[in-house]
Amino acid sequence: MLSIKNLHASIDGKEILRGLNLEVKPGEVHAIMGPNGSGKSTLASVLAGREEYEVTEGEIIFNEKNLLELAPEERAGEGIFLAFQYPIEIPGVSMMNFMKTAIQEIREYRKQEPLDAKSFLALVKEKQTLVELDKKLANRSVNEGFSGGEKKRNEIFQMAMLEPKLAILDETDSGLDIDALRIVANGVNKLRSPHNSFLVITHYQRLLDYIIPDFVHVLYKGKIVKTGDKTLALELEEKGYDWIKEKVDVLN
Amino acid sequence: MNDQDKLLDEVVSGEYKYGFYTDIETETAPKGLNEDIIRFISAKKNEPAWLLEWRLKAFRYWQTMKEPSWAHVHYPSIDFQDIIYYAAPKKKPKYESLDEVDPQLLETFRKLGISLEEQKILAGVAVDVVMDSVSVKTTFKEKLAELGIIFCSISEAIQTHPELVKKYLGTVVPYRDNFYAALNSAVFSDGSFVYIPKGVRCPMELSTYFRINAMDTGQFERTLIIADEASYVSYLEGCTAPMRDENQLHAAVVELIAMDDAEIKYSTVQNWYPGDKDGKGGIYNFVTKRGICQGVRSKISWTQVETGSAITWKYPSVVLKGDYSIGEFYSVAVTGNYQQADTGTKMIHLGKNTRSTIVSKGISAGKSNNSYRGLVKMAPSAKNARNFSQCDSLLIGDQCGAHTFPYIEVNNPTGIVEHEATTSKIAEDQIFYCNQRGINTEKAVALIVNGYCKEVLNQLPMEFAVEAQKLLAISLEGSVG
Repeated sequence: MLSIKNLHASIDGKEILRGLNLEVKPGEVHAIMGPNGSGKSTLASVLAGREEYEVTEGEIIFNEKNLLELAPEERAGEGIFLAFQYPIEIPGVSMMNFMKTAIQEIREYRKQEPLDAKSFLALVKEKQTLVELDKKLANRSVNEGFSGGEKKRNEIFQMAMLEPKLAILDETDSGLDIDALRIVANGVNKLRSPHNSFLVITHYQRLLDYIIPDFVHVLYKGKIVKTGDKTLALELEEKGYDWIKEKVDVLN
Repeated sequence: MNDQDKLLDEVVSGEYKYGFYTDIETETAPKGLNEDIIRFISAKKNEPAWLLEWRLKAFRYWQTMKEPSWAHVHYPSIDFQDIIYYAAPKKKPKYESLDEVDPQLLETFRKLGISLEEQKILAGVAVDVVMDSVSVKTTFKEKLAELGIIFCSISEAIQTHPELVKKYLGTVVPYRDNFYAALNSAVFSDGSFVYIPKGVRCPMELSTYFRINAMDTGQFERTLIIADEASYVSYLEGCTAPMRDENQLHAAVVELIAMDDAEIKYSTVQNWYPGDKDGKGGIYNFVTKRGICQGVRSKISWTQVETGSAITWKYPSVVLKGDYSIGEFYSVAVTGNYQQADTGTKMIHLGKNTRSTIVSKGISAGKSNNSYRGLVKMAPSAKNARNFSQCDSLLIGDQCGAHTFPYIEVNNPTGIVEHEATTSKIAEDQIFYCNQRGINTEKAVALIVNGYCKEVLNQLPMEFAVEAQKLLAISLEGSVG
């Protein structure tokens, strides 16, 4: 599904990703962990197509398409979804209107018929229940005046609405209390299927208690330096990153 | 050149191709302005002597005045002797069928969701004898007549209701008011007249659509609306489709009068040719719009969406004379390319416990300049008057300008004036967030701008609001990227 080879990316001339490799197959959940500044969020931004990041080397193939040639909205059309670390407020634009526009645009990209109003409303209702999102939020402006937890849940709601093939969760757990964390994780788990995959970027192991990953990768200095299963996350929780850092630094 | 410019360019070049021939069907006064021209206009319209006298007084006064230069707009000075001040409405349609009309213009109509019949009227196509709107028009007129509502062109009203016109014309905007008001008073060609009798609530939005030849009222339009005691009317001016117009200078005057407990809601969507992307051509729109809340508890509300014209210079105002009267002004002004807009309002509080609200949303893109200029004045007699003003500016790109000139004069210690102003840019982050959800940049800008203008768009009658939203999107096409 997703194949990243030797990815180098920089921002303002500073190289952040330095030869990253990653293979994600359908149905898999990959967790990306790593110390601050290791390039986790850069990876998310590059996958989503944020302009400020320049890819200087390497390739990203997503379902046989060269992702780097696609505009951000085309990537969304192909089925890539990014749950933002800091969701953006758009005053005056209701969540409903925003979601309707997004769904119709994506359907148009996929050459599907537009969704009629009734089916759209039914979908909203279904997904709201799934992520335990207050119905009132749908009538408010996009993220405006939402609490931190509401914003994150709203990201998961949008993910549920758009049913992406690859969902990237960029530190969705940061700033969440344990109840919100559980709700977010439940939402993700209900959306897991053999056809879609998740890239879960996180600082902490605790999210992985709820979303059980198939693989855990440690990102350090712009490269994946260690890969394991969920026990690696527990090991990191216990020992921190220093032992990995040292190993890598010695090798270099 | 982006699509919008191309389209408008085509519209205009089409207009020039067809519009500037002096065909035999048009009776046109010679260029220039003098007393004989005014006599000619008045005679052509078969006007009573008092009106000719009024026009002449206005003209004589105008001659003593200087073109104003205080607005934050720049343009070459106008040669007032190089303008044709009278051309009888053309009887001959410009085209025989829609097939002859520029396909790009039709494409815009389609985007705006305008019906085929309306498209024909707007593009200047001969309209079939049998068509829905004719019957609509007839039932419409009958219904209004039943209620005693007068809704006709001002020329017609001068003939059929001279006493009403004489009583109110020039009472809100006297010809001495300003340079363009004086010019308009001297040479006004046509416009609308509305009278709502006591206690009548006009059951439908009155729109210039329903007035024959509304599209040809020309450059010096004059509108007079009187709402008698406890009556209500909502009036829609303009049209969201790009207007075909060959006149560069437009100087209209609109006067509204609300008696005790009466309410007038006046909505405008203005989308005249803004000039090309290099700032050539385009309409100069210098308008004087003013309403007076004459009676107690009366209310006047202006809502405007201004996207067109090379230069827009207008301040729909309310004189709050009646105690407990209410004045409102809701405005969205969009400028792109080299457009210039200096617009705002004046709220003149004279009566006790009068209230006014101002919500202005300016959006600048390209190399345009957008200014809000507003006056809130509270006279010594205006006890317990209140005003709330909110002026927001949104910048798209880094070569445009937004300016705010609020003037506040409070001559009464009980008056309360609140003013809030913000300036913001559409953030890259907002656009990227939309992009990531599958929404392309142009649609994202339209979405964000519509959200930003929501408070004002909500004031528009439903159908008008939908059209205005689409219009905002089209106006801003190509402004980011």
